[in-house]
Amino acid sequence: MTDQAQKAVGNGWQSEKYIKNLAKRKRSERRFRLTGLLAILTALTLLAILLFSIVSKGYSAFVQTTITLDITFTESVIDPNGKMDPAELRTANYAKLVQDALREKFPDVKGRRDLRKLFSLVSNDADSALREMVENDPDLIGKTVSVDLIAGDDVDMLNKGYIDRDAVEDDRRVKDQELVWLDKLEADGDIKMRFNSGFFTNGDSREPEKAGIAGAMVGSFYTIIVTMLISFPIGVMTAIYLEEFATKNKLTDLIEVNINNLAAVPSIVFGLLGLAIFLNFAHLPRSAPVVGGLTLALMTLPTIIIAARAAIRAVPDSIRQAALGLGASKQQAAFHHILPLSMPGILTGTIIGLSQALGETAPLLMIGMVAFIADIPGGFTDPATVMPVQIFLWADSPERAFVEKTSGAIMVLLGFLIILNAFAVVLRKKFERRW
Amino acid sequence: MPIQAEENVENRSNAEHGVIISTRDVNVYYGDNHALHGVSLDINKHQVTSLIGPSGCGKSTYLRCLNRMNDTVDSCRVTGEILLDGVDIYGPSVDEVLLRARVGMVFQKPNPFPKSIYDNVAYGPRIHGLADNKDDLDEIVLTSLEKAGLIKEVQDRLHSSGTGLSGGQQQRLCIARALAVRPDIILMDEPCSALDPIATAKVEELIDELKENYTIIIVTHSMQQAARISQRTAFFHLGEIVETGDTEKLFTSPTDKRTQGYITGRFG
Ligand SMILES: Nc1ncnc2c1ncn2[C@@H]1O[C@H](COP(=O)(O)OP(=O)(O)O)[C@@H](O)[C@H]1O
Ligand SMILES: [Mg+2]
Repeated sequence: MTDQAQKAVGNGWQSEKYIKNLAKRKRSERRFRLTGLLAILTALTLLAILLFSIVSKGYSAFVQTTITLDITFTESVIDPNGKMDPAELRTANYAKLVQDALREKFPDVKGRRDLRKLFSLVSNDADSALREMVENDPDLIGKTVSVDLIAGDDVDMLNKGYIDRDAVEDDRRVKDQELVWLDKLEADGDIKMRFNSGFFTNGDSREPEKAGIAGAMVGSFYTIIVTMLISFPIGVMTAIYLEEFATKNKLTDLIEVNINNLAAVPSIVFGLLGLAIFLNFAHLPRSAPVVGGLTLALMTLPTIIIAARAAIRAVPDSIRQAALGLGASKQQAAFHHILPLSMPGILTGTIIGLSQALGETAPLLMIGMVAFIADIPGGFTDPATVMPVQIFLWADSPERAFVEKTSGAIMVLLGFLIILNAFAVVLRKKFERRW
Repeated sequence: MPIQAEENVENRSNAEHGVIISTRDVNVYYGDNHALHGVSLDINKHQVTSLIGPSGCGKSTYLRCLNRMNDTVDSCRVTGEILLDGVDIYGPSVDEVLLRARVGMVFQKPNPFPKSIYDNVAYGPRIHGLADNKDDLDEIVLTSLEKAGLIKEVQDRLHSSGTGLSGGQQQRLCIARALAVRPDIILMDEPCSALDPIATAKVEELIDELKENYTIIIVTHSMQQAARISQRTAFFHLGEIVETGDTEKLFTSPTDKRTQGYITGRFG
């Protein structure tokens, strides 16, 4: 302490004891700050590690290896009768076109086993791409066109560096012979990487190169819509009733305690409840977004009620009094003033509740949304799965190629959650009000 | 009952005004807290009556009985008789919502709705259906703002937010808002306690003008204010009315020791 400072604080404060005490206080404050800083650093580091591991594993899910082949759209294969009948065009053996093109590229390969291996370089789903091309443009028939075909998942993995070509052949999914073929294709510039649009437009598939998250995204969308339509109005009405209309007594206290308890119930329990009520009792369709949405609504309700009550309570009493003092009824005061003023807070809470629901897996396992579903759901009652369950399913699949799909899907889900939460933050900032 | 006897004498002296509100033996309980003990008071038409007394003595509680705002407090119970033009306002035929339109209220802290100035004033007429069309409503809003002496300050920003006004303007906006539902009586609970002296002077001036057409009951902690603006004063102490009378008389020659003590600043 400087002399002047000492003078400023007066005589009693110069004693040894006080100076010591002050030093101790300052030390303690420094220690606390350091601990806080360390805690934040630790949290940030863990978060960074998590994100890094997901992104480093998952980014490759967004690109895909293709093999370029000169496909001849032989008329005798596609349209042997020359009638251009759409039904016939659809059912023609397009796989043969791919096989012919591969044979032409590698004329030396003979024998059934070798040929089968050769054909498996290209995804066995490549024929559907050709079918689409012909259906869109029948004039292709008879022509030869160079086409980028999706590679098989092993080729894709090799190309992305997930398969070590120097490993012992027996331990390697891509054998020496295939490496020779691939090297030739590579040398000819026929192996390319491109954006994997199929990842965002396809449903699930047993073939990793074909599997996409569109089915799960649409399923999640329908499910969340149901959750929102059920839990938002019921939650907000409940909150208004409890805050603005119900008299405080033992019964409302009991309700309040139970709502708070419900918010802490493990989500799997809501799954069991959904199973009992919606499937076994109400006989709603299994694996359907409507049931998933209802189940998640049960789970989200307490969150929304609690957030909405807090938001309603934050509206100052003076507004209530102003409205009532003018002769507004309780209901008018609630709906004309309290509800609009608390809406930003309510919406923030709702978005947080819904983003929880969006990431929820356990309750949906109980109501059968964990089935393998290749079709993209077309409505609320179609069998569907949701994004987190899709992640769970892929994480459980043995093929190497599903590892990147898993991480890729996590990235997409995280993306949605970040967007939702950012929206909540914007809402809060924009409508924040000081009284 | 000495107070009542005195009241009757008072009433005769204010004959031209007549009694609009008459309360008899009003008791108010907040749960177990007995906040008002048998309060009896008559309020004269077109006069300003001020309620004074140390804080916590039940002035606000009494005021809030008159438009049944106490109904909104769960624990609150009111007994006794409160007659408005001879009708018991706690009686079965009275709807508290309509009562509050007739008995308007202005609060301690200015509390405009976070809406435009226009919408603040228009809200009451809208919910009570006082205007048949847009022009009617405009008319009501403008005259109310004019009566509240605010029109000059806000006429070119009627659609900007009411919370953007200064404190004194906000309070006059609240008065305009109350006037717009055409009340007979306006209750004011320390309306100037959050205002600076200049804003206070404006509101006091306004109150003085309003008494031509409205009956005003004002709670104030400022004895000077009570002396300046009110014709009659009631002194509350510990949940009872100690003394009621013409303001001038009460401040110059109080009969009760406690009143004397309070107005000379010995307690409160
Ligand atoms: N809403 C309420 N709930 C419970 N007690 C209250 C409430 N409002 C006022 N009281 C009690 O009633 C008594 C009178 O209060 P009040 O009328 O506000 O006094 P004043 O306005 O004269 O300062 C006080 O004891 C106060 O604690
Ligand atoms: Mg008060």
